Amino acid sequence: MANKRIDEATGTETVGHEWDGIEELDTPMPRWWLWTFYATIFWALVYVILYPAWPLIEKGTEGVLGWTSRGELAQDLALEGERKAPILAALAHVPIERLPADSVRMRAAIAGGRAAFKVNCVQCHGDGAAGFKGYPNLNDDDWLWGGDLKAIEQTLLHGIRQPGDDATHASLMPAFGRDGIFTPQQIDQVAGHVLSFTGKARSTAEGAQLYADNCAACHGPAGEGNRLFGAPKLADAIWLYGGSRAEVEQQISAPRHGVMPSWQGRLDPVTIKMLAAYVHSLGGGEDFVDNAAEAEAPDAQP
Amino acid sequence: MRSPDVPADQLFTRQVTVHPKRIDGRFRRFKWLIMAVTLAIYYGTPWIRWDRGAYAPDQAVLVDVAGRRFYMFDIEIWPQEFYFVAGLLIMAGIGLFLVTSAVGRAWCGYSCPQTVWTDLFQHVDRFVDGDRNARMRLDAAPWGPAKLARRLSKWSIYLVISFWTGGAWILYFADAPTLVRAFWGGDAAPIAYATVAVLTFTTFIFGGFMREQVCIYMCPWPRIQAAMTDEKSLIVTYKDWRGEKRGSLKKAERNPGQFGDCIDCNQCVAVCPTGWDIRKGPDISCITCALCIDACDRVMTEVGRPTGLIAYATLEDCDRERAGAAPNPVRKALLRPRTVIYFLGWGGIGLALLFALGTRSHLDISVAADRNPPFMLMSDGSIRNAYTVKLRNMESRPRALRVAIEGLPDARMWSDQMGRADAVTTLDVEVPPDTTHPLRLYLAAPAGAPSRDFTFTVTALDPQGETDSSKARFAAPGDSE
Repeated sequence: MANKRIDEATGTETVGHEWDGIEELDTPMPRWWLWTFYATIFWALVYVILYPAWPLIEKGTEGVLGWTSRGELAQDLALEGERKAPILAALAHVPIERLPADSVRMRAAIAGGRAAFKVNCVQCHGDGAAGFKGYPNLNDDDWLWGGDLKAIEQTLLHGIRQPGDDATHASLMPAFGRDGIFTPQQIDQVAGHVLSFTGKARSTAEGAQLYADNCAACHGPAGEGNRLFGAPKLADAIWLYGGSRAEVEQQISAPRHGVMPSWQGRLDPVTIKMLAAYVHSLGGGEDFVDNAAEAEAPDAQP
Repeated sequence: MRSPDVPADQLFTRQVTVHPKRIDGRFRRFKWLIMAVTLAIYYGTPWIRWDRGAYAPDQAVLVDVAGRRFYMFDIEIWPQEFYFVAGLLIMAGIGLFLVTSAVGRAWCGYSCPQTVWTDLFQHVDRFVDGDRNARMRLDAAPWGPAKLARRLSKWSIYLVISFWTGGAWILYFADAPTLVRAFWGGDAAPIAYATVAVLTFTTFIFGGFMREQVCIYMCPWPRIQAAMTDEKSLIVTYKDWRGEKRGSLKKAERNPGQFGDCIDCNQCVAVCPTGWDIRKGPDISCITCALCIDACDRVMTEVGRPTGLIAYATLEDCDRERAGAAPNPVRKALLRPRTVIYFLGWGGIGLALLFALGTRSHLDISVAADRNPPFMLMSDGSIRNAYTVKLRNMESRPRALRVAIEGLPDARMWSDQMGRADAVTTLDVEVPPDTTHPLRLYLAAPAGAPSRDFTFTVTALDPQGETDSSKARFAAPGDSE
């Protein structure tokens, strides 16, 4: 360091080293830069005191402000909850039959129902609510247990064949083949009659008789179904377990029965109301008034 | 400005404050005019009212970011029409090329905001501290109460102008009278205060202190201009063959014939807002404001020599004049292939924009088909597709629109507001003014319908009968696409 000297051309001191005649000027940092640097150091000290900073063995230092990203999230969620509270409170008070008349609340209910559907329902009914074999499609106009808002809400509340829920939709179709009620030939004849409703097979006198004796009580003389028992309409294009002759015969022989959990108790009433509104909005929802008249009718045609 | 007394091998020089002298002349008066016009446009435009009826704002020029509309007098631009703005920007670029190739850095010299505001702030300097010599004396004087008082009053005027400048900017983005009331009442959006603060700060710094350093060190345009100007461009030029060798009047009297017309009075440097000496030739520092022409012409008139020692001239003409020939007429500098091509490009884009603006449609339909599920089997065997259709009414009046389908003869449609029992082939919708109206439409075709392409059309049910269409696909079982 002995060779420090002032460079004549610039008037700046050199660092004192010399390599083959090359020297380096000891140009100081610009002052504004240096002060900015000091300011950042000061800021770092303040930050370490105020905010979580040092990782320790069990947990980090917490900072005197007590800030956490988790706490911030909780705050955001609470705020969001506050924002939604009046809408949810209003939804809780509106009877579901009145909802369609209130387009603002109906829209809110559909939006909320869409979110709840993605969490609770897509596992069986699919992301687009189009269902799978054995899991009903909720977009269409075919409803086993009713497609107006009230009926959908009822299904959501109590489920289908949910053990332990007295109000659940429960019905059982006899296993005509497995329990030996029909012979295989009879099953074939009944299947033919069932498929004849949609013109896919030719009916026989035996098949028609067997159907009238064993099936018409629930499914209706012309296969129109009955929502009281969740008996599917057989005279339409929609087949929950498939519409081929083999699939129909299998269902007559050893019917499968879908189960849907009752959501009462798992979801709050407002969420269930919103889910009903969403499912109703998918394109197949029925008007409550029309259906109310129909709901009184079934006794006439058991 | 870089200080002149620094050796050439030295790369770094300290900044020297430029104190341009007051000058009057035709270019100075032209600059006053441009300054008055540009400042009036900038500060005044948001206050111009324009009646658009009940459904649109009545501000003539308004960039409504929240509402996603851009209003300019009778023109209303929606976000998807932003190419108009892109076209305007391209026109501005080509216009800059055109002007630069013809008359050099006229943009820099007269109408660049940096130039206009620097000019304004330099007038403030003159108003508070006096002209060049007084300002230089005050600069050199030690700090005392008098100097402090002058500086504080000058900076306060700077600050007022800067604040007004920043404040005017936000008025383009909201209704001006409402925003001003909200601003002073403390109810304006935080972004309004932040924008005003930032623009006040930058105006204060750029106009009050950095001035010509912005042009010389920060702005890219002086670098690009070299490619835009050529030997046929009119630029501010010192005619050295006439001026050299420089000498004072006394020297010239003593040695007649030895000296040129330049009496070395340095007035051209004194009035220069960037402190450049035009006699050294064109430079990045020269913004071609032509104030040196005013100064030199005045001196030449006083000493009884012909004016135009410093003048707008092309480099080509300089060579011709040096050789004793007459310069080309100005027309030749302005009208040559390069400028004509620029002008044609500029005008062509302008005409195309005007044409597009005059013939654009104020009606739009866009269709998104549901993809999950792509189609739905109904209980009667028919096939249903669902679509989200958006109808855009870009007029500031409500319109009745008719939605129809073409290419699906058997299909019927219904919206989520009606039942399938009421399904129709055409659907009439009342769309509010200036709105995108979403529709949820279901389309059902009889059992066995194949999947195929079809068209949604929308027609306005008014005498103009504007129409638009959008292609869509009807999906059905067995659709492989």
